[in-house]
Amino acid sequence: MRYAYEEFPYETPPPLRGAAEGRKPAVIVGAGPVGLALAIDLATRGVPTVVLDDNNVVSVGSRAICWAKRTLEIFDRLGVGERMVAKGVTWKIGRTRHRDREVFQFDLLPEDGHKAPAFINLQQYHVEQYLVERCRDFPALIDLRFRNRVTAVERFGAHAAATVETPDGAYRIEADWLLACDGAGSPIRRMMGLDFAGELFEERFLIADIEMKADFPPERWFWFEPPFHNGQSALLHKQPDDIWRIDLQLGWDADPDVEKRPENVIPRIRKIVGDRPFEIDWVSVYTFQCRRLERFVHGRVVFVGDSAHIVSPFGARGGNGGIQDVDNLGWKLAAVLAGEAGPALIESYDAERRHGADENILNSARATKFMTPAEGAERRYRDAVLALAGHAPFARRMVNSGRLSLPCAYPPSPFIGPDDPALPVASAPGRPCPDAPVEGGWLLERLRNGFTVLGLGAEPPEVPGAARLRLEPGPHLRARYLGEAPSAIYLIRPDQHVAARWREAGAEAVAAALRAAKGA
Amino acid sequence: MAKLIREPNLPDQDGFYAELLVAHRGLSEAESHALDARLVLILANHVGDREALREALALAREAGADG
Ligand SMILES: Cc1cc2nc3c(=O)[nH]c(=O)nc-3n(C[C@H](O)[C@H](O)[C@H](O)COP(=O)(O)OP(=O)(O)OC[C@H]3O[C@@H](n4cnc5c(N)ncnc54)[C@H](O)[C@@H]3O)c2cc1C
Repeated sequence: MRYAYEEFPYETPPPLRGAAEGRKPAVIVGAGPVGLALAIDLATRGVPTVVLDDNNVVSVGSRAICWAKRTLEIFDRLGVGERMVAKGVTWKIGRTRHRDREVFQFDLLPEDGHKAPAFINLQQYHVEQYLVERCRDFPALIDLRFRNRVTAVERFGAHAAATVETPDGAYRIEADWLLACDGAGSPIRRMMGLDFAGELFEERFLIADIEMKADFPPERWFWFEPPFHNGQSALLHKQPDDIWRIDLQLGWDADPDVEKRPENVIPRIRKIVGDRPFEIDWVSVYTFQCRRLERFVHGRVVFVGDSAHIVSPFGARGGNGGIQDVDNLGWKLAAVLAGEAGPALIESYDAERRHGADENILNSARATKFMTPAEGAERRYRDAVLALAGHAPFARRMVNSGRLSLPCAYPPSPFIGPDDPALPVASAPGRPCPDAPVEGGWLLERLRNGFTVLGLGAEPPEVPGAARLRLEPGPHLRARYLGEAPSAIYLIRPDQHVAARWREAGAEAVAAALRAAKGA
Repeated sequence: MAKLIREPNLPDQDGFYAELLVAHRGLSEAESHALDARLVLILANHVGDREALREALALAREAGADG
């Protein structure tokens, strides 16, 4: 079933109806998944936003389809996770074939006891649609302005301003914080003349969504040198509504305009899907790049999502990485706007998310290089791995068709508190809390109100500015949070990352770690 | 501390050397290169020590720089 694009209504913005507006706490530029999620995150913390987008429909073409467990946990916190999981295709198995033989298989979530699945596939237009609808649950806090294009930005010491073009003319809007969520081609990045350094992969990929009835299992199928696509790589992935994603590597010399023509696309797809009838829903030819800004925070202008960093899609780290930016930034902005923390806390967004972006870029670049080796040694070793994979298990693990998105552990910093290394590494400070079943639901559902002091088998000390939660550990909590220890105290940040932990701690130690986590 | 063994460690080194050449016998230049690449990967996995491998990579490059 094809997607029916709904046009979002344009309304004349207040300043062009003669209603002067004051400076806003936060203005978000871009209503992609990142800008929309950020508006919702801030709304859940009581922060009002204006969201400006130059367009008035959700993402045209499917683009992102794979949404990772951590993203689904964040979406759950934002109130849209269950809807997405219900609609999406849940999967966790990936199979990689070389020619006609399977050389590698991975299971992204071999353990139970997590609310969110390892991955779902859901078209980016659905994701954006659900996020827009969720935004509308906050009419007093989120002001969505479609067909509002930012054409200039001005930066000041403690605020920023944007010039906005609309069908009714231009206006100017001021904000304490201007959040550039304006995508890979970020006009704001360009207006500010910022360098976007990294590498381009000299390879072209044909990406198509087709509508087809087929009973292939919901798995990620990847081929190196498939018999049906000479010497290149291919990928097949299931989406809801009988839509299938196909990626085909074309070579650097391929002419994108020629390749996109139906008479060239159809025979290629036919070779993968056989005689099943299908229709082309969307097709595009891409080259991929891995790049990032040197800094994400520029005074009162903060870059979030693709405007700050881009990756090749093998590993699904683009959109997923952007949603983790939102997770990291939302509570920090809210704390700074509420006067509970100084702007230094925003610097920790810069450091932590650059670390996350680097990890995503490293993994995406390695996978893309494995798929598109240069002639010579790169090619020779790639082929050596594939040849060995059929014979020796060690080589299967080296076969790299994408290392799928995982959240990063934030590195030690003044914002991350003390650790007790006797406790399991899975929940060490800096890491996102592993989920676990708890009475009446899931651990992560209980960690939604700002900072939490979690006492596992122990009374959590009372600390101003943090909620307290005592849980009696079941087997999952024990394995993920206690190990051999009888009890523990965890300080958990609003983004559900562990700030600090102890086997035993008094109020003073926890309060000190809380102050550090807020950059005070 | 150096992890890579630089002192003789291989019994009957002449015998191994001969077997290495036998493995390459009859291969084209490209096939021979491919065999070496597979061999490097197999041996690296067997060594299993990243520091030793890092030193081995450095030693291999170093020795090639003598011209
Ligand atoms: C083929 C393909 C497959 C992908 N697959 C995956 C995947 O499986 N999983 C994954 O996680 N990621 C994937 N990605 C990446 C993912 O699509 C992006 O990371 C994601 O869209 C980034 O979201 P964003 O909100 O930062 O930017 P965008 O989605 O690009 O949104 C930016 C928004 O800003 C608006 N805008 C731009 N300029 C202005 C302006 N001057 N004024 C006002 N508004 C403006 C745009 O209209 C747009 O709505 C894929 C990408 C591609 C191309």
